[in-house]
Amino acid sequence: MTDVLVCVKRVPDASGEVVLNEAGDAVDGRYAGYTMSEHEECAVAIAVEIAGESGGEVTVLSLGQEDCVEQLRAAVAVGAHAAVRIDAQADGFGPGDVAAAIASAVREKEAGGTSYDLVLLGNDAADTGDHQVGIRLAHLLARPVVAGAQTITVAEGRAEVRAGTATGTVVYELPLPAVATVLEGGVQPRYPAITGRMRARKTPIEVLAPGVEPRGNGRLGLRVLPPPESQVEVLGHGTGAAVRLAQVLRELGVVR
Amino acid sequence: MSRSTLPDRCDVLVIGAGIVGNALVHHLALLGWHDIVQIDKGPLPNPGGSTGHASNFVFPVDHSREITDLTLDSVRQYREMGVFTESGGIEVARTQERMEELRRRMSSATAWGVESRLVTPEEIVEMVPFVDPDVVVGGFYTPSVGVVDSLRAGTIMRERAQESGALTTVPNVEVTGMTVTEGRVRAVQTDKGSIEAPVVVIACGVWSPRLARMAGAHIPLTPAVHQMISVGPCAPLAGTEGEISFPIIRDMDTFCYERQHGSDMEVGSYAHRPILHEPEEIPSIAQAKLSPTEMPFTEDDFDPQLEQALEIMPELLGDERAEIRYAINGLLSLTPDGAPVLGETPEVGGLWSCAAVWIKEGPGVGRAMAEWMTHGRSEIDLGASDIARFYPHQRTRAHIRARTSEGFNKTYGIVHPAEQWQSSRPLRLSPMHAAQRELGAVFHEAVGWERPQWYETNAGLLEEFGEAVMHRENEWDARWWSPIINAEHLAMRARGGIVDLTAFAIFDVVGPQALAAIQRIVVAQADVRVGRVIYTPVLDEAGGFRSDLTVMRLAHDHFRVVTGGAHGMVDKKWFADHLPDGARLVDLTSAISTVGLWGPRAGDVLGALTDDDISPESFAFATWRLIEVGELSVLASRISYVGEFGWELYVPMETGAALWDRLIEAGREHGVGPVGIGVYTATGRIEKGYRAYGAELDAERSLFETGMSRPRIKDADFIGRQAVLEQQGVAPRAVLCALTVDDHTCADGSRRYMLGGEPILTREGQLLTDGHGHHPYVTSAASAPSLGTHVLMAFLPPAQAVPGTELAVSYMEQLFPVTVARADATPLLDPDNLRVKGRYAELGPGTGGA
Repeated sequence: MTDVLVCVKRVPDASGEVVLNEAGDAVDGRYAGYTMSEHEECAVAIAVEIAGESGGEVTVLSLGQEDCVEQLRAAVAVGAHAAVRIDAQADGFGPGDVAAAIASAVREKEAGGTSYDLVLLGNDAADTGDHQVGIRLAHLLARPVVAGAQTITVAEGRAEVRAGTATGTVVYELPLPAVATVLEGGVQPRYPAITGRMRARKTPIEVLAPGVEPRGNGRLGLRVLPPPESQVEVLGHGTGAAVRLAQVLRELGVVR
Repeated sequence: MSRSTLPDRCDVLVIGAGIVGNALVHHLALLGWHDIVQIDKGPLPNPGGSTGHASNFVFPVDHSREITDLTLDSVRQYREMGVFTESGGIEVARTQERMEELRRRMSSATAWGVESRLVTPEEIVEMVPFVDPDVVVGGFYTPSVGVVDSLRAGTIMRERAQESGALTTVPNVEVTGMTVTEGRVRAVQTDKGSIEAPVVVIACGVWSPRLARMAGAHIPLTPAVHQMISVGPCAPLAGTEGEISFPIIRDMDTFCYERQHGSDMEVGSYAHRPILHEPEEIPSIAQAKLSPTEMPFTEDDFDPQLEQALEIMPELLGDERAEIRYAINGLLSLTPDGAPVLGETPEVGGLWSCAAVWIKEGPGVGRAMAEWMTHGRSEIDLGASDIARFYPHQRTRAHIRARTSEGFNKTYGIVHPAEQWQSSRPLRLSPMHAAQRELGAVFHEAVGWERPQWYETNAGLLEEFGEAVMHRENEWDARWWSPIINAEHLAMRARGGIVDLTAFAIFDVVGPQALAAIQRIVVAQADVRVGRVIYTPVLDEAGGFRSDLTVMRLAHDHFRVVTGGAHGMVDKKWFADHLPDGARLVDLTSAISTVGLWGPRAGDVLGALTDDDISPESFAFATWRLIEVGELSVLASRISYVGEFGWELYVPMETGAALWDRLIEAGREHGVGPVGIGVYTATGRIEKGYRAYGAELDAERSLFETGMSRPRIKDADFIGRQAVLEQQGVAPRAVLCALTVDDHTCADGSRRYMLGGEPILTREGQLLTDGHGHHPYVTSAASAPSLGTHVLMAFLPPAQAVPGTELAVSYMEQLFPVTVARADATPLLDPDNLRVKGRYAELGPGTGGA
């Protein structure tokens, strides 16, 4: 029975043009909405798979105010069993603070009799891209960690973690309990079913105090680079474009 | 052709390439416009507006005839383009109350000529096997419901106009400003340069208010969220071919629909809280995740609807393998009264609005708008959609937000025909409002005015008139109604009544060409002596009704037009648009308060307050005079819309309360008291067969069909004269009749009273069809307490338009026998108009004679 904790962050959906808030220190999601990163969606999918096979449970955790419940429920809708919110103003928490708060939560839960064999996080935050929380968390919990995990299987108290690289796949084996940060691409996250949404709606959200005094994120501001000039080249119209199109496809190596 | 550079000028610029912009350019080209430019800020074929995310289904039946006709015309066009797939559709009821509403839907379906039938839960399951029959009590099935490809339709229409050489379309052009000089639009500025155009149409859906503001005009609508999800793949739908093979379900009591789309089921909702946006806050194409009008989905708002959707399709939607693959807060346009916003803006000449149009009406609206822009009128009357209908307060953001918030959840609601709005009230108050409150007035709202519908302090009259007040036992029939209205009516006929008419729209036409102006606009002879009042139809070029109203000649160069509040702003625009140089229009609506005083003792009441000679002999019918009522100077006009002797009394707004108090005080001695507008607009007029604009009169009706032609047509030219001459002597294709209900008893033994909109059938229940191909329906229904009957008005085929003809009215799917009582404008009550003439002594006993 493998119990998994997945940590998710409420972030603006970055599918459209990035819009900053008025202060210029955060991405604004008013147009595109809020979501969790694709890395974290994959982490949830991996966790649900591992727990499902072993009869364990998936708990999803986020640090933030009431609005991050939307992301917690989204995870429950696709198979997580329980949800924990660390009640905090996420903007005031740097990566180290978040790691400490999660570590505190893990210990608090452990003291209450709930331990997690595996803690999964996204490889990096979709809005701030810090790449830090997973490693810091592992350090604080004194657990082994693998970054950039794309698939994870658990057997006999050990996890096999696969991470893709430019030259191939690296396979790690870790003793549990462990930490892993998940990189999208190894599994296909699913959309919720209506019954999943119904479950999510009824699942209670456990609220924990952060347990740490945040030191802040140290971020001064964000800057959005102007979008690159359009690279569109009109190859022609109708059948007249065929020859040029074939030429371009050959140049790109799409056809030989 | 489609190109990337903007021409310098054109005859008409259409901004917007959604369903209605595309339909409009197509029909403009068909009607001979040959230099049309169409722009959109987005790419083609889906520029990112509401058309792009529409659910694209069409339910033809609406309680509004105008909307249904536009929808039916749209379906004809969609079919012709080959983009319509008939699926059938069922509005299902979970409650008996809704089932009654579906019976009312049947009335509208029959009246507007759309084949439909009520179905049992078993029949629903036969058509849509995944519906749980235990959840529904019945349904309203319309076989001709279908889905369209609105993007394809838009492309076809646009390309047809391009192929004819009439249209240049330039996508990816964003409007940045508009040039307006001397009240007319001249040019439009864009990020790709400026274009001169004498006519500009804003067909920009949710963005329309923002564009109108660039020109100093208003398009009163707001972007609002309609939530929609798509769930799939659903196992039962996997084997089906094509886009849709099961009828669309409208789950009316949960304000949701379930529409199959291939192997997915779309669930849409009008049940969530109203979520309004500002046009300025809609994301740009680059900022948006999907498209600007597909806003981020807010799950919390939709979760309750999911539960209800699961109830009605438990197995299909409850399948764990079926995922919510697409979920949006789709933006669509909502207006304060739910109707589209069409026509030339009253603020800026040449600037037209073509907005707040659903997919189901798009091509029909495009055609009607093109006709209007070309000929000044459209085949389908667009009276309820005319942008000129709005008073200034109705164009404010606060009003739009309040009314659309209130109206959103009525999209699938059960809306009583007399239902009152609760928001944006009270706003426009008569000067005598405080006194009316003390009299227990129950206020109904009309274009912002609080008008006493009846007065609770008149409840004592119920005892006086007993059974004659015609109580209504059914809650629906009696909703927004009171028997006190009928008691007030009887008191007015017996003694008299005082009616607040301050909601009238009033405007003067002045100047050396004032007579010429009025003469040209109205049907009646306007060249009358100063002191005369004329009641007259106002027609369009084809002889259809634009209005009916009264005109007083105040001086040789000064006329005063008095018209109903509801339609006042449209009338004002019509007059203003048709004034020659040398005539000006001055709006006095907010300057004048009007009180009606009528009845056998009206003369006694007014006589007690004035030394002027107001006897019927001295103060002739259809004349006005300045009289002194104490220290008040009053313009008294001897006309009547209730069929009694008396006056409309006009005073400056600030003395309205003083006049009211004096009349109420003087009336007390004669048993003459306040009477609500329920008498004025319904019972009083229907006994006299007086027609009402918007009910009996609209642009699709002629003088001859309505029995309002006069023996002589004036020599002076007027708008519609040629058409009237052509119609003269030609047998009308339908005739406006008054019918009486012979028996009100329904199957359960209770008595039912029709409210209007019901189909008139043969006694056996067979459909009737007039010369237009239309089916007769009740245009107005009201108690006629003085006649002891319930009167219906309807346009009948000439063969049935014969007094004594026995027919039936279908109400809530039951037939009630009716008989044609009048086939012309002869009043049912007092056909010789002795009352109006003040000759009460000649009336028989018990009819209010002195």
